[in-house]
Amino acid sequence: MSKEILLGDEAIGLGAVHAGLSGAYSYPGTPASEIMEYLIKIGRGAAFRAAWSVNEKTAFEEALGCSYAGKRAFVSFKHVGLNVAADPFMSASLTGANGGLVVCSADDPSMHSSQNEQDSRFYAQFAMIPCFEPADHQESYDMVREAFDLSERLDLPVMIRMTTRLSHSRAGVETRPARPQNEVRKGERSSWTLLPGNARRRFKRVLELQPELARYASASPFNRLDLAPGDRKLGIIASGIGYNYVMENLEGSGLKPSILKISVYPVPEDLVRRLADHCDTILVAEEGYPLIERQIRGLFGIPGKTVIGRLSGHLPAQGELSPESIRAALGLAPLERRSMGDVPLANRPPQLCVGCPHADTFKALKKALEDQPGAVVFSDIGCYTLGYFPPHNAIDSCVCMGASIGMAHGAAEAGLHPALGVIGDSTFGHSGITALLSAAAVDADMVLVVLDNGTVAMTGTQPSFSTGARLLDIIRGVGVPAERIRIITPLPKFHEDNVKVFREEIARRGLSVVVAVRECLEEAKKKNKLGGAR
Amino acid sequence: MSDKRKQDIILAGVGGQGILSIAFVIDSAALKEGYHVKQAEVHGMAQRGGAVTSHLRLSSERIWSDLIPRGGADVILSVEPLEALRYLDYLAPGGRIVTSSTPFVNIPDYPDKAALLGRLRALPGSVIVDSEALAKEAGSVRAQNTVMLGAASRHLLPGREALLEFVRVLFAKRGEAILEANLKAFESGRRAAE
Repeated sequence: MSKEILLGDEAIGLGAVHAGLSGAYSYPGTPASEIMEYLIKIGRGAAFRAAWSVNEKTAFEEALGCSYAGKRAFVSFKHVGLNVAADPFMSASLTGANGGLVVCSADDPSMHSSQNEQDSRFYAQFAMIPCFEPADHQESYDMVREAFDLSERLDLPVMIRMTTRLSHSRAGVETRPARPQNEVRKGERSSWTLLPGNARRRFKRVLELQPELARYASASPFNRLDLAPGDRKLGIIASGIGYNYVMENLEGSGLKPSILKISVYPVPEDLVRRLADHCDTILVAEEGYPLIERQIRGLFGIPGKTVIGRLSGHLPAQGELSPESIRAALGLAPLERRSMGDVPLANRPPQLCVGCPHADTFKALKKALEDQPGAVVFSDIGCYTLGYFPPHNAIDSCVCMGASIGMAHGAAEAGLHPALGVIGDSTFGHSGITALLSAAAVDADMVLVVLDNGTVAMTGTQPSFSTGARLLDIIRGVGVPAERIRIITPLPKFHEDNVKVFREEIARRGLSVVVAVRECLEEAKKKNKLGGAR
Repeated sequence: MSDKRKQDIILAGVGGQGILSIAFVIDSAALKEGYHVKQAEVHGMAQRGGAVTSHLRLSSERIWSDLIPRGGADVILSVEPLEALRYLDYLAPGGRIVTSSTPFVNIPDYPDKAALLGRLRALPGSVIVDSEALAKEAGSVRAQNTVMLGAASRHLLPGREALLEFVRVLFAKRGEAILEANLKAFESGRRAAE
């Protein structure tokens, strides 16, 4: 046993390593990035493989191959990354896991760094696989280890659901000696070849496993029911980080309600029933969407009982839970607070760094578009999304990874002109290549701007797969003619030249790609630091 | 219960000002002195020049929530005056603000500095330090976070020696000059807060 101070994300990574991990796969995205960052850091010279993949679908499939080979495989990403990986994810419950396969999806309720606040537990339910939801750092570590064992025992992938506050909080974790890695052992071909006949048999197996999953969840020590003999009024179901806020507020409050802590899904039916039999009112405190609350209420509620939570309005329907919102739902008076006074508190939103190459690209692009009232700039996911804010006001959309290209293509076909797309080099590699192939095949009337800063900047300068010469090879390779590919250097001294390039390409019909090449300042800073340390 | 010792600290500043470095020092010092620690951080988008906070919780007993409740913070330690005020509703009735007086102006509607400092001075027990001047004097304008750590050190649960030990751990790898500047910055911050 030894104790370490770890981020929640790091506790997950270390748990995977100590579970006998052979391969870890991921794509950067807040709040999950620190899992792979940590695995790479502790993996130097170690016997397991940990590295970034080009996107989440690829990462998942690489992990699936590792599992097929009998080895323990781990794949992590942010919640919306699971959408990208949803295709292999949904079928992986049918193939099953030969070596343990654990999927960690980190949700971002309140959308601190995300475009939506979808709840990954629904995906676990959808795929009919077990899901663990740790409440603290120790559970993060312990549950990943347990998840690998369970995955091999059930021959099923298992999900770990994290949320921002746990991912990015530090606390002490007691670790245990590592388990050795598995030997290589091929999967059974009739299980892994999902032709209809095989797939039907494998899906039947998943269905037949469900009662076992239910029994496991009810018996798991991670799900704990404490019935308060003296209080039959209030019972609380608390999951994940919601449990911490409940306990924080109960301490010293005089309240001693019954508590069911849920950290393993499927929802443990018999524990919920015992709580409901004991109490009149049930408060459901869960981070994310009301999955438990909706399930136990059903369409008609529980006769004679009151269920309160996000659906009833006792907790906000949107955004993350907080110590304050749980306090109110418990009926406790708020803590005394200072008045904020009358000094205006100007907001300080995130912004592009001073001297950022994106700012120079946006400035030239805006200038080139100033006499083009019909122009639309479809953008994408990355630092450059901050080009939405003043003083840039340079982009008109941001939806999901790679959407800029397909949307510009579709809008051009609908009659918008000029239609432009703006995408970073890594996002292009992640989800832009197929969209550009599609646009090039029909010579769509649009201008794509690829911002090549050589890194995944927003999430902490992870390596980009599609930068420099390879980026240009890809653009040529999908069928963009060489004379329609223009390269600019986004620096103030080239502003006039860059405006001219944009104007020329906007004036031409058909598909043009402008590649703006200049290294990210953060990336340069990091390289300097590394250089200095050598 | 009566011998429970705890301290909830809101660390505030702007992305890039070194909030997480201060958090590391206080965390490590508290652990060394045997406290439980939880520390919630902000990563991702907000780190790009936006407002950032860290919730730092130290206690002799188990800590539940990763976040400090509004009205529960014993100390707000800020490297920037506007950011100190932004979290005022976190401060407990007997709590204290320790802040730099040096504005970090990267927004067009930054409030009037005199009004801002006036509001901060009016709060009982507030400690306001010119971190920019002291950091320059110590030899590195980037050491403002360490100046503020020094200024807060009289009011923190971990002792001066433990804090200094981890200032050394943090900056030793960045070279002798930077380490010296930060040790000086800590001491001058501490003196300025007397």
